[in-house]
Amino acid sequence: MKTWVGRSLPRSEDPPLLKGAGTYVADLTAGAAFLRFVRSPVPSGTISGIEVPDGETVFTGADLHDVGPLRPLLHRSDYVPIDQPILARDRVRFVGEPVAAVVADSMAIAEDLADQVFVDIDPLDPVIGIPAALDPGAPLVHDVAAENTMVDTRYDNGGVEKAFADAHETVEFQLRSRRQSAMPLEARGSVARYDPRTERITLFASIQAPHIVRTIIADLVGMPESQLRVVAPDVGGGFGQKYCVAVEDIVTVWVARRLRRTVSWIEDRRENFMSAFHSRDHRYTITGAFDKEGRLLAVDADLLCDVGAYSCYPVTAGVEPLMAMADLPGPYDFQAYRVRSRGITTNTCPMAPYRGVSRPVITLAMERLMDLASQRLGIDSVEIRRRNLITEFPYKSATGLTFDEGSYVESLERAVEMIDVDAFRRRQREARDEGRHLGIGFSVFSERTGYGTPAFAARDMDVTPGFENVDLVMDPSGFVEARIGASPHGQGLSTSMAQLLGDELGIDPRSVRIVHGDTDRTPYGWGTFASRSMVISGGAAKLAAIRLRKKLAAIAAEELEAAPEDITFDAGKASVVGTDIGIEISTLARIAYHASQKLPQGSSPGLLSQASYDPAGTFSNACHVAIVEVDVETGAVELERFLVIEDAGVLINPMIADGQVHGGVTQGIAGALYEEVIYDEYGNILTTSLLDYLPPTVAEIPVIEVAHLETISDATITGAKGLGEGGTIGAPAAVINAISDALRPYGVEVNEMPATPSRIRELIRASERASR
Amino acid sequence: MNQRQKVALTLEVNGRNYDVMVEPRKTLADTIREDCGLTGTHLGCEHGVCGACTILADGQPVRSCLMFAVQCEGMALRTVEGLADGDDLHPMQQAFWENHGLQCGFCTPGFLMLAVGYLEQSPDPSEEELRDVLASNLCRCTGYQNIMKSVRQAAVAMRT
Repeated sequence: MKTWVGRSLPRSEDPPLLKGAGTYVADLTAGAAFLRFVRSPVPSGTISGIEVPDGETVFTGADLHDVGPLRPLLHRSDYVPIDQPILARDRVRFVGEPVAAVVADSMAIAEDLADQVFVDIDPLDPVIGIPAALDPGAPLVHDVAAENTMVDTRYDNGGVEKAFADAHETVEFQLRSRRQSAMPLEARGSVARYDPRTERITLFASIQAPHIVRTIIADLVGMPESQLRVVAPDVGGGFGQKYCVAVEDIVTVWVARRLRRTVSWIEDRRENFMSAFHSRDHRYTITGAFDKEGRLLAVDADLLCDVGAYSCYPVTAGVEPLMAMADLPGPYDFQAYRVRSRGITTNTCPMAPYRGVSRPVITLAMERLMDLASQRLGIDSVEIRRRNLITEFPYKSATGLTFDEGSYVESLERAVEMIDVDAFRRRQREARDEGRHLGIGFSVFSERTGYGTPAFAARDMDVTPGFENVDLVMDPSGFVEARIGASPHGQGLSTSMAQLLGDELGIDPRSVRIVHGDTDRTPYGWGTFASRSMVISGGAAKLAAIRLRKKLAAIAAEELEAAPEDITFDAGKASVVGTDIGIEISTLARIAYHASQKLPQGSSPGLLSQASYDPAGTFSNACHVAIVEVDVETGAVELERFLVIEDAGVLINPMIADGQVHGGVTQGIAGALYEEVIYDEYGNILTTSLLDYLPPTVAEIPVIEVAHLETISDATITGAKGLGEGGTIGAPAAVINAISDALRPYGVEVNEMPATPSRIRELIRASERASR
Repeated sequence: MNQRQKVALTLEVNGRNYDVMVEPRKTLADTIREDCGLTGTHLGCEHGVCGACTILADGQPVRSCLMFAVQCEGMALRTVEGLADGDDLHPMQQAFWENHGLQCGFCTPGFLMLAVGYLEQSPDPSEEELRDVLASNLCRCTGYQNIMKSVRQAAVAMRT
């Protein structure tokens, strides 16, 4: 019975957060010693000595000689495994790499002490940026990674040469995405609480995946996993940056064990920019072959991803190049695809997943390709998409991905209708006559979500994530606790999962508590990332609920003298279908524990059910439309309108779904127009405050209009497809295409993000120079 | 003077006096969090940019990461913990709850205090003024539009 699913219930998470009672990791430092890292000030060099102040507690790489290294692995010949020391020992490889850790009784004193540690480094020539890294004479960041290449993978589905030979039109362009930071508002941090009685450590950490963090830290520190409990308390945003393991958290645990006291590390904003993970520093060359009608025949792509100085654990430096390679074709119907995708190592902060991973950039690539072809062939930009989008499902992509039911063309048509494109084109012409430059940009894309073990196994990962487990317990009073392996941190999963379980069990969601983010309390799972939680963890919860309901139905059947299959559950009661005979579910719960002699034969006492779910994956889809005005004198871009037609299947809580879209789109707009991590040629990071990095405020973000389609797919048992990343994936292409459309009178094509005012002005100037 | 030499002072936070011993260099934010034990005030940057640490000092929204505790003796300080009356949420908190004005919740205390402080002085702002004021703070999750909606709704509730 659908009583709760589909309703915009206010979130159960909110009251404590609104009252200042949220508990983030920095709120747990009472009684702790404070740990501060001494970080490398140079991008590349050899450590010749470390001078530490007398009598103070300082640890260096030598102290941690038997810890680590971190060695993220893919089992494939096109990946070079790289070791990352937990604290740098002989070499430093990026500005911000931790070299030593000082411990003091207050944060301020720890900071003073860290300033008194002198690290003598003989500098080496750094490798900054992809072109420098690929220069034949370039120094090597890692001796084992020839040509500074950690990942070098190729794929050829055949037919590319022939398609290009037969093509009516060939479109080739270079695309660039500048480096970004996920920039959660709460930086990283951890508190390792030492229990003198059990000598057990509880690590509270601002992370997205507690179980894998527990496993790897126990491994590296050399302690039994049972001696370590990992808890993600309230987490102030992650967006991927907190999915990969922070070497700093390993040090926190090691120091707490060494000192036998509670130790905390709270990252500051500058450290977060220098040393937490970055993403999306890509350069692509894309060539598309089209026939006369604008049908895409083939794509040939060379993809270069700057993966920084080390490989991230557990997903490795392959995460961006491999996803870019596999997902580039998007929702466009062509089979001839040839690609080379590389992960290039440089003396910069390592990369990790950031909301959407490579997809904001590959979507930009495909959507630019469509718009460039539309110009070249004189086919309207909506029409060329219509002709190329996939329409029959399941669809097998050029790289072997299976697309389940989606609404690619439908979402585009709906957007065209809602925007009234014809009216816009008239307005655009009128504005141009007045010297104003309006533009419209489309972005139609797929968002692969909820993919389980099979999808990750295809990447040959040593650590293969995917499944989710849920333990569901109804206590003797009829309240339900769902213990989940996912680890939400702002997504509202506790609310939406309770709605789902409310319907499955016929109880009020307020009687359901979701327990997450605690390795002592939850079954092993992979945490929250990759738009997976409602699909996979929600699916496991549904399966567990079906089992629990079966047991409850058996008890009810005995009590009501009916057949178990005739029992229905609604509004807290189990009833015999078509009658007014019923019994409170809480009474059934009481029987299961306190009158277990009444249970059907073979049934164990109590009400615990467990389930796991591990689907192959599903695809959400959306169409984004941006309308912009570009000031050609200053290069400034103003967003006039932003529309999202989203299809994420069944919406459990539409309010929460819209919130995910709003936030995702905002990060996509940020990447398209503002945010950029900048290194100078010497490897110094220049953007180490929120003032430099330019995250948008409310003044820059327009109202984001959202409409939904709900395609039902059997690839997900809850009907829900994920939607955490879609906003960020689609928005840059819509914005960049809109800017190019606005600047059409100048013949300017923008193939870079962020499209800052100075870059836009440079393109306009170049075009004016060329036409003189 | 030795930086580690502590001084005694009394801070009035949410109508209650806290006697604390702090280093003169200690920020108001750190003092409220560590010495008063009120951890609802968050630190997102400690550069005065993000506004997560916004509290009210004599009714004015201030960045508590940019003030020293020793500056604040005698001021009436208000933090997020002082907004609700037991289980009764302040209209601003209620509006954020109803309109999904928060996701991870880290920036929320700063936005609440900024908006409350502003509306107490300017109860009926234009859309433009509101946008201008709320652009003081950063949120990474919501895309802001539900924050705008929440504050608009709270403004009406606070006027009546």
